[in-house]
Amino acid sequence: MTLYCANGRSDSLVVEGRVLSPAQRIDEALRITVTDGVISAIEPGYASNYVVAPAFVDPHVHLRTPGREDEETLRSGSEAAAAGGYCAILAMPNTEPVVDSAAVLGALVELAREQAVVPTGFMAAISKGQRGEELTEMVELAALGAAAFTDDGRPVESAGLMRRALQYSRLTQLPLALHCEEPTLSRGGHAHEGEVAAELGLGAYPSTAESVMVARDLALAEAEGRQIHLMHLSARESVAALDLALTKGLSASAEVTPHHLVLTDDSVRSLDPNVKLNPPLRSEDDRGALRDALRRGAISCIATDHAPHARQEKEVPFEEAPFGVTGLETAFAALYTHLVVPGELALETLLERMSAGPARVFSLDEPRIEVGARANLVTLDLDTEWTVTEAGFRSLSANSWLLGETLRGRVVQTVADGRLVFEA
Amino acid sequence: MSELRLPAPRRRHLLSIGDLERADVERILDTALALAAALEREVKKLPTLRGRTVVNLFYESSTRTLASFELAAKRLSADTMSLRSAGSSVDKGESLKDTALTLAAYDPDVIVVRHPSIGAPQLVARYTGAHVVNAGDGKHQHPTQALLDLYTMREALGRLDGLQVAIVGDVLHSRVARSLVQALSLVGARAVVVGPPTLLPRGVEALGCAVSTDIAAIEDADVVYVLRMQAERMAAGEAYVPSLREYTALYGIGPERLRRGQVVMHPGPMNRGIEIDPRVADSDAALVTDQVRSGLVVRMAVLYDVLTVAPVEAQMYAALA
Repeated sequence: MTLYCANGRSDSLVVEGRVLSPAQRIDEALRITVTDGVISAIEPGYASNYVVAPAFVDPHVHLRTPGREDEETLRSGSEAAAAGGYCAILAMPNTEPVVDSAAVLGALVELAREQAVVPTGFMAAISKGQRGEELTEMVELAALGAAAFTDDGRPVESAGLMRRALQYSRLTQLPLALHCEEPTLSRGGHAHEGEVAAELGLGAYPSTAESVMVARDLALAEAEGRQIHLMHLSARESVAALDLALTKGLSASAEVTPHHLVLTDDSVRSLDPNVKLNPPLRSEDDRGALRDALRRGAISCIATDHAPHARQEKEVPFEEAPFGVTGLETAFAALYTHLVVPGELALETLLERMSAGPARVFSLDEPRIEVGARANLVTLDLDTEWTVTEAGFRSLSANSWLLGETLRGRVVQTVADGRLVFEA
Repeated sequence: MSELRLPAPRRRHLLSIGDLERADVERILDTALALAAALEREVKKLPTLRGRTVVNLFYESSTRTLASFELAAKRLSADTMSLRSAGSSVDKGESLKDTALTLAAYDPDVIVVRHPSIGAPQLVARYTGAHVVNAGDGKHQHPTQALLDLYTMREALGRLDGLQVAIVGDVLHSRVARSLVQALSLVGARAVVVGPPTLLPRGVEALGCAVSTDIAAIEDADVVYVLRMQAERMAAGEAYVPSLREYTALYGIGPERLRRGQVVMHPGPMNRGIEIDPRVADSDAALVTDQVRSGLVVRMAVLYDVLTVAPVEAQMYAALA
């Protein structure tokens, strides 16, 4: 059990529509009855305009708690997740203080039991203080419920420490989730190395800053026989390194964000701090490689990397702005609008990579539509258009790259762990 | 195939050379020329911008740019004030947004911004109703420098179309180089950037220039434009070249590297003996003081242009020309 949320009464309800569960090969008009949080009956139903699917799982969110509760709390972040159709989210440990001790993790678990609307898991740090020097007490953290280990926000710079972390993780059987960035190559980088950065004068963050680290970590994982998960891939070269590892049968997985799937560095010309990202938005060629890897399944997860930032921190010149955008409340609609509608990605693939894919990587209960299962369901209206506005967010932060954009497809209802957590 | 183009959006600012078209550049240079003639008169003040307010907001040290913007505004009879980050509420941690809003409360017509961070003038433009002129933002743009350089070249060589310009040195960190390459390409001149591979940004040719790491590439140039080599570039962890000694040996502009008829420009401040040999800096081939002089009239022309030329009128002028 690595997910925690506030205890509430389980709900009883009926949902109906085109039920689409790609992992289970279900695609038919059905009526699903949920009794006390458990799916009790599945019968032929009326094919409404709604699609009912297993709810989403986000393996990568920043909830900013503890330390920056002005940007997000477990309550606001999990409400944002509910509005985005999620039934499970995994929070990153780069908080203040870092989630690197039993005390901090224990306090978070308690807080989640009070505040989290949607089951929430916590990754713990690989190194104490995420300083990249000494390992955290991984066994104790795992026993307390850490979902995985990561130094996200930073790379594990030392290859020696990375190797030890892989070796030691044998005791926890939990994956290491890696933010791949070679800091001497990315230093001073604010945009993908290429024409746009050259034109704007922005410090270049080359693809090799990511791919060199991806290759290193895959080599170490192979040598140690351990499972790693590559976070927020951005570059074609990284995908190539992953493909090679997968053909060798390595236990490696990867995620990609909606913004890396939709945007390119061309957006940076606006100098809008809401397109400043780490890793940076890259070229059309890189974006193509990411889309292709997602279709093939080499990249099996879509992760929002939801990164709330206070308004005043983003209302500064591009170069001074922190990296990151929010994403929980827009992920499905953004990808449906920009990938599914134009025919770039099948709806089935999108749903699978947003739910079963990430659940499998982190050994979470896969949301399934079957009698006897806890209800984890999202209802989607694929026809409605809506405009992304600051006022519409449940998140405490509004640093979205989609502000003002009109999207198609909307989450109308989310059932997470048997509870109705969101209704439009 | 020519593409159908909608009228350019209202050009209220000068944030980047990329915002301009060839006709805009030519109009500004012609205005500057007319202003230069007016300044020949004994009374050097024109009533053109009487009653207008120009605020200079400078977050970075500057001698010639600030001085010439101040003087340009005064020569056009505008009210002007200059704020430097040191000694203002910026010292007390005020954000750029709040400083911009504070200044905007006085309804200035133009805010001239210099800032070490890319995107600062865009931010000021977003939060105020003033016309914003970029006087240098980080490594991004320095459009008035590029315009004064074009003006200087046109005065010295009589033309811009077909002119060959070699820009030598640290292109990677140079807002001057970026603006100038774009401006040269707009007016039909040809630019080549020359420097060590570590100081040439990948993808720079997309700005509209050729790229070379061989100093011999300056041979065909009418203008050799020398960039400042900053000592900071040799700081620990930032060593883009092994030493200034080797840099000077490979890319320093000395008399032996120039041929007769070539002119030499430098945006200042110069590092004599590093990127430019003092014998070159002090020779007749050097146009460095002409550049400074051009700065005044070109900045007058820019202030006049952003305040008085509406886009529709601009298009009419272009159609009539």
